[in-house]
Amino acid sequence: MKNGRRGFMGKAFGAVAGVGAVASLYAMKKSWDPLPSVRSAGFTTLDMSAYKENELVVEKWRGKPIFVLKKTAEMIAKQNEADKARDVLVNGEHYMVCIGLCTHLGCIPGYDPKGESFLCACHGGMYDFTGMVTKAPPPRGLDIPPFKIDGNKLVLGEEGPEYKKMKETGITL
Amino acid sequence: MAHFTKATSVHDWLNQRLGIDTVRRVMATEYWIPKNINFLWAMGMVLAITFALLLVSGIFLLMYYQPNVNTAFDSVNYTIMREVDFGWLWRHVHGVAASVVFLVIYIHMFTGIYYGSYKKGRELIWISGMLLFVTFSAEAFSGYMLPWGQMSYWAGMVITNLFSLGGLHADGLVEWIRGDYVPAQAFLNRFFMLHVLLLPLAIMGVIGLHFGALRIPHVNNQDGEELDFEAEAAKYKAGDKKHSKVIAFANDFMSKDMFVVGIFLIFFFYLVFFHYDFAMDPVNFDPADGLKTPEHIYPEWYFLWSYEILRPFSTNVGLMAFGFAQVIFFLLPFLDRSPNAVPASRRGLFFIWFWAMLIDMIVLTSMGKVPPIEPYGSIGFYAALTFIGLWIALPIITMLEKKA
Repeated sequence: MKNGRRGFMGKAFGAVAGVGAVASLYAMKKSWDPLPSVRSAGFTTLDMSAYKENELVVEKWRGKPIFVLKKTAEMIAKQNEADKARDVLVNGEHYMVCIGLCTHLGCIPGYDPKGESFLCACHGGMYDFTGMVTKAPPPRGLDIPPFKIDGNKLVLGEEGPEYKKMKETGITL
Repeated sequence: MAHFTKATSVHDWLNQRLGIDTVRRVMATEYWIPKNINFLWAMGMVLAITFALLLVSGIFLLMYYQPNVNTAFDSVNYTIMREVDFGWLWRHVHGVAASVVFLVIYIHMFTGIYYGSYKKGRELIWISGMLLFVTFSAEAFSGYMLPWGQMSYWAGMVITNLFSLGGLHADGLVEWIRGDYVPAQAFLNRFFMLHVLLLPLAIMGVIGLHFGALRIPHVNNQDGEELDFEAEAAKYKAGDKKHSKVIAFANDFMSKDMFVVGIFLIFFFYLVFFHYDFAMDPVNFDPADGLKTPEHIYPEWYFLWSYEILRPFSTNVGLMAFGFAQVIFFLLPFLDRSPNAVPASRRGLFFIWFWAMLIDMIVLTSMGKVPPIEPYGSIGFYAALTFIGLWIALPIITMLEKKA
């Protein structure tokens, strides 16, 4: 009887302590989460008529660099089907719009307008003007941020039908 | 209730309440160290002293450092370096000690490997030592974030991206660690907390474990000889110090230990006063800019070998190789299948293995520093393969040794 009561006290103590431990771990995990203010600060609107051909402009969205490159007629002629699927078409013009972070480990690749290619200095990865990988180690082409086409403007952070299609077909993550 | 008598002296007063004589006997005068050792056995004390230097200099830096993305850079480079009297001293002591501590850790590790000081009851010393290596690495990395220069920012970006685990695309985990999409205020604040509180606490705890693990098996000696510590201690206590194979930790061994520490400190303060620049990367004197990657990113020298194991492969393979390199040293006591705990020079193939591993890690370190162009890329690639190959070969060559 005595042992039964001791055992019960032990189990009850253990159960309360266990619930407390799990609850505090949950609170700790949630305290490390990005703050709501960080999560919600995040739409960038770009006026697409301002860009010049083969001149890389780096915009900023959620603290990340966004590469915008207006393609020249020659570039468009060179593109194969897979390249075309990555095009962002605004008012009949072709743009590359990508998150400017190497998909390997997140450095910012530099653009060489003559070679029409990107080189990541960290580990030597290369991309072409459509953002596709031409030299490892990057595992995939540059990611395309969520976008919505709105007339002459491009809203980053919102998912328009063109972006959803790219995501479904696996063109971007 | 314990019986207390009127104290005859301050010593007696303390002794009745704290048992200081017992503590002194257990920790110092009757803690036995073999005579058959060399200066490499002083590296533990060198590390303890370096850790103390880091702690003291860190306390003074903490008085003026501001963990804010707008003010962090200036609080280090202007306030501490120009306004605070002797602020430069604390910063240079802290920076140089953070670098030198890894040099001594590597010497300490390779001494242990050479003399087989990780087997026959000394496994936990090795494992707790490796835990210290990992916690020191995290401490060094988190500290490197704090000046919020370009290298801080981009090292933070690259290293936290490792947690997306390559093909698994665990971007949520990366954002959770950072508290933001990119390294920003939340990131700086939490790494500041890790650097000044959580990780130092962990380090002090593991140092306690490391010392505790040493107590029963005792320190190894130059021949890996198994000593009967009780018999040798009895000789020593009977006055036959000449024939005893052991000496007391204090004052006998400590006096030699502190001599080596003295030599080390001359070298250390020479670096602090005249060559602190080696621990201060020029790129980190540009404030952090999330829209501009530095031309060439490389970690501090002590991380280069594992960085070079990551670099030559594609993402997933590289991450696996990197993960392998991080944990494999922990398994050394179990991968070495030979019962011989003697210096590597008496272990045949293992002697070659030891030097091959040391040279390979030096090659990896030098290749990690140079840009990823040929022929460095290929040299790094083969050195990384050699590293993995050596670890695969270890159980085999040590098993052959057993038969011999």
